[in-house]
Amino acid sequence: MFGKLFSFNGGVKPDPSKADSTREPIARLPLPPQLVVPLHQHIGGTPRPLVRPGDAVLRGQRIGAADGNVSSAVHAPTSGRVVAIEPRLMPHASGLSSLAVVIEPDGQDHRAEREYFDWHAASPGEVRDFLRDAGVVGLGGAVFPSHLKLTPGKQGQTDTLILNGAECEPFITCDDMLMRAEAEGILRGALIMKRLLAARQVLVGIEDNKPLAAAALKAAALALGDAALEIVVIPTRYPAGGAKQLIRVLTGIEVPHGSRSTDYGVQCFNVATSLAIWRALEQGEPLTRRIVTVAGNVERPRNFDVAIGTPISHLFDAAGLRPDTDKLIMGGPMMGIPLPGIEAPVVKAMNCLLASSPTLFPPPEAEQPCIRCGECARACPADLQPFELYWHSRARNFGRAQEYHLFDCIECGCCAYVCPSHIPLVDYYRYAKSEIWAREREKDAADSARERFEFRNWRAEREKEEKAAKLAARAAAKPAAKPAAAGAAAAPTSMADDPKKALIEAAMARAKAQKEAVEAKNTGSLTTAQQAQIDATEARRARAAELADGDKPE
Amino acid sequence: MYNSPFLRQKTSVRRVMTTVLVAMLPGIIVHVWLFGIGLLLQIAIASAAALACEAGMLALRRRPVARALGDGSALVTAWLIAVCLPPLLPWWMTVLGTSFALVIGKHLYGGLGQNPFNPAMLAYCLLIVSFPALMSQWPGMQGSDAATQLHWVLGGERALDAVTGATPLDALRTGLRGAADVDTVLQSPVFGFVAGAGWEWVALAWAAGGLLLLALRIITWHIPAAFLGTLAAVAGIAWLIDPSQFASPAFHLFAGGSMLAAFFIATDPVSGATTPRGKLVFAAGIALIAWLIRAFGAFPDGIAFAVLLMNICVPLIDIRTQPPVFGHKNGDAP
Amino acid sequence: MIEALLVMAGLALALGAALGAASVLFRTQGDPLVDKIDAILPQTQCGQCGYPGCKPYATAIAGGDADINQCPPGGDEGVRKLADLLGREYKPLNAEHGVEKEKAVAFIDEATCIGCTLCIQACPVDAIVGAAKQMHTIVADLCTGCELCIAPCPADCITMETVTETLDSWKWRYPVFELKVEPLQVSAQPPAKEAA
Repeated sequence: MFGKLFSFNGGVKPDPSKADSTREPIARLPLPPQLVVPLHQHIGGTPRPLVRPGDAVLRGQRIGAADGNVSSAVHAPTSGRVVAIEPRLMPHASGLSSLAVVIEPDGQDHRAEREYFDWHAASPGEVRDFLRDAGVVGLGGAVFPSHLKLTPGKQGQTDTLILNGAECEPFITCDDMLMRAEAEGILRGALIMKRLLAARQVLVGIEDNKPLAAAALKAAALALGDAALEIVVIPTRYPAGGAKQLIRVLTGIEVPHGSRSTDYGVQCFNVATSLAIWRALEQGEPLTRRIVTVAGNVERPRNFDVAIGTPISHLFDAAGLRPDTDKLIMGGPMMGIPLPGIEAPVVKAMNCLLASSPTLFPPPEAEQPCIRCGECARACPADLQPFELYWHSRARNFGRAQEYHLFDCIECGCCAYVCPSHIPLVDYYRYAKSEIWAREREKDAADSARERFEFRNWRAEREKEEKAAKLAARAAAKPAAKPAAAGAAAAPTSMADDPKKALIEAAMARAKAQKEAVEAKNTGSLTTAQQAQIDATEARRARAAELADGDKPE
Repeated sequence: MYNSPFLRQKTSVRRVMTTVLVAMLPGIIVHVWLFGIGLLLQIAIASAAALACEAGMLALRRRPVARALGDGSALVTAWLIAVCLPPLLPWWMTVLGTSFALVIGKHLYGGLGQNPFNPAMLAYCLLIVSFPALMSQWPGMQGSDAATQLHWVLGGERALDAVTGATPLDALRTGLRGAADVDTVLQSPVFGFVAGAGWEWVALAWAAGGLLLLALRIITWHIPAAFLGTLAAVAGIAWLIDPSQFASPAFHLFAGGSMLAAFFIATDPVSGATTPRGKLVFAAGIALIAWLIRAFGAFPDGIAFAVLLMNICVPLIDIRTQPPVFGHKNGDAP
Repeated sequence: MIEALLVMAGLALALGAALGAASVLFRTQGDPLVDKIDAILPQTQCGQCGYPGCKPYATAIAGGDADINQCPPGGDEGVRKLADLLGREYKPLNAEHGVEKEKAVAFIDEATCIGCTLCIQACPVDAIVGAAKQMHTIVADLCTGCELCIAPCPADCITMETVTETLDSWKWRYPVFELKVEPLQVSAQPPAKEAA
């Protein structure tokens, strides 16, 4: 066995509840009548749609192209016809919609022509581009584009590649089942990444509550016979599967917030991502399916191999949703988010779907005042003082919250799990973080507006000076010449001293005259459609004016 | 609508407070066994006063009365006040102290979790500053029967000298003022084996309750260890320098409220320091100030004043002792 | 007695000299107060405060000529921040200068635009693209929502469109903190908001 294991502070040990969904092997879910494939499924830029409504698509065909390098492509999970590209409800806590490609499968599942790619011969940059265009993103939940993580860090070399098979959250078993079924592919993917990163060793971290997965991986490693591969069983403690915590446990290295782990010679990938990389590079398969655990308040908890874009109602139908379900959760019970509706689609980030009932996850008891007992600080795996963050977030004192390292918080939920006052601590951090981000956006916008305003004033000043200089020069040259715009003196305003403005006034007067003469034809040639639009606008304006009048209180 | 985590440990403020009350039982039982029923009367009076004040203040502040009353925090304050006071104190003083603690010490600052000072120690300080004579009359062992104690607590005429006397700390201080040396003073029967007849057993019982709190993870080791360690250290140094003028460390550890303070009073989370290193500084500060007041001050025991003084320092201590955050342990640069 | 007086006088002289020297040596360039105020102002440059831009208003506040409650785009929060910064009492927005509205950006109805360039000249942040007799359009990301382009438009083709929340701009809400007993509902129903 490889040297000693390290430990991180804090953490909690909730009931894993993983037995129910691991009884049956992974089931391949049949295609739904309609697939809703969101374009934006990862961290980074929103892909541009490459298809139009009415287009026929094939399985594996790219339907969204990566927007810049920090982005990732999106593919059709099956063959069929694009029926719409429109905003659809997203599996996101906001309940907002985002652009999605709606595909009606034709049942043939025809495959797009395979892109043969010899990654052995290609340069690292080409491999990364290929992975970006194959839509490979982190499948552990963070959905960070994987190709960006395959760049060696500052030191130029990565010592250790870590595969994350810890899967520490209760109820989630998709990685467990995948490791049992696809151990070889996962390790082959790891060996590809090892080569790309020029890593010395590959450590696969698995919590000790998954002995079957660990055994499968050990057997596969033995078969592959690569001495650099090592399967490491680690103690079960939430959140050992957090990337930073797992790196700490396996190597003793603590990667601080805001720096890349490659700068410390370590890189960490989820096991499912490793398999996706292998499939993309060796089989030319882009990422169009994933494993989703369906558990909680369902009749038949199980793992499903589903096409991305499948409505989650389809999964719950297969698992048998119980009638007393009060909410649906994407992700595990510690970090999952409540889903806005059952029609939201499966996305690359979705590792687990939980049905909640009042008996399974009872609503929290009423929040009580914080008594500063320090339980949260003892449970925090990031060594923060959660109650301080809470005080400052609650008081909207965001500067102080940041001084207490708010952004080092990984939102694992350990603090809220142990809080005797039942304070929704993580909600306060999420609120504070998104408020700070919003303020930063606002500040950036204000700064840019200030800069543009000042530049505009400077330009106006400069133009005025230039004009004055020009006029002076002209006046010196032709002292007798009359102002060119004398004809515009008819304009009844005091702007006559500015010839340009006067010209506009004159033009407007002409336009007005023309408009009065030729009824409502204010511009050259209008199509009927344009005219209809103008009419509609006029009607809208009239109604708005009416409403505005009507709304006036007195 | 609520968000993750959807799983939560079975725990509550009520549970924490109840555990503290249970941990106080050994000390209370031994105290009653040795000194009579007075303490139980004080607990009853203080509890009633605390609950009445808490309910009244919650109603005035328009907070849900039943829920907040059920958290048990008022009872913990009441019991702590009761065990600090002389058991034969007239009832109105207990009521006065408890009301002061709850109304001014707790609710005027914003209620549970907001008070900068330990409410029980505020009550104790108010009473000892206002009524020093009554506050130093403690019953001796086997001094009086229950009926007499009840009579006195309810305000009956006090023929006290026969049954009450000074506490060991008080006796030591008076003795030393009278130019005797420590050894001579400690000959008096008040002093028992180590630190006062009966007192040492009560102190042991408090320590037992405190170990229970430690085992149940209600408190951490930092405050008791730093408090007792510092007290032993400073007392030991002074004792080595001049054993005729300073009592031994063992005496200080078991006399007065040392054990009670180490496990139950200084460990109050609301008004105490919260970081691990901060807790050490906080408790060491209390021990140092308490010993200074015992050795040189005007009052027999100084723990209450020491706690309040250190309470003032808590924000500063907390800010200066923030533990390093994950990944930032060796400075910020990679 | 004399000695004490001498000591005090000497101290006063020495400290006074030190203060004088410090004010010369550590003189700050520019007026940091104006910049601090300007940093709080939303940079809409709308002129609703009565000054031609945010910086002039900031200068006026710093000079004591303007009150802190004249900036509707900055809203209530802006007034509070200014009150904090300047150590003044908070006061509600002065309705004379307008009311706080939801963030909106201008939108040019391209079918109606006659290409007169008047709005381009009115825009304080150069957020409108176009040329004479060419259709104009507004770069929504740069628009501050100042509404200065609306009045000059001869064709009335500019409207304000409320900025809607997207997945990127969505914020987590403040957690519900229910400790207080809810006061009785005073109004039966909140006033209905008009649809966009």
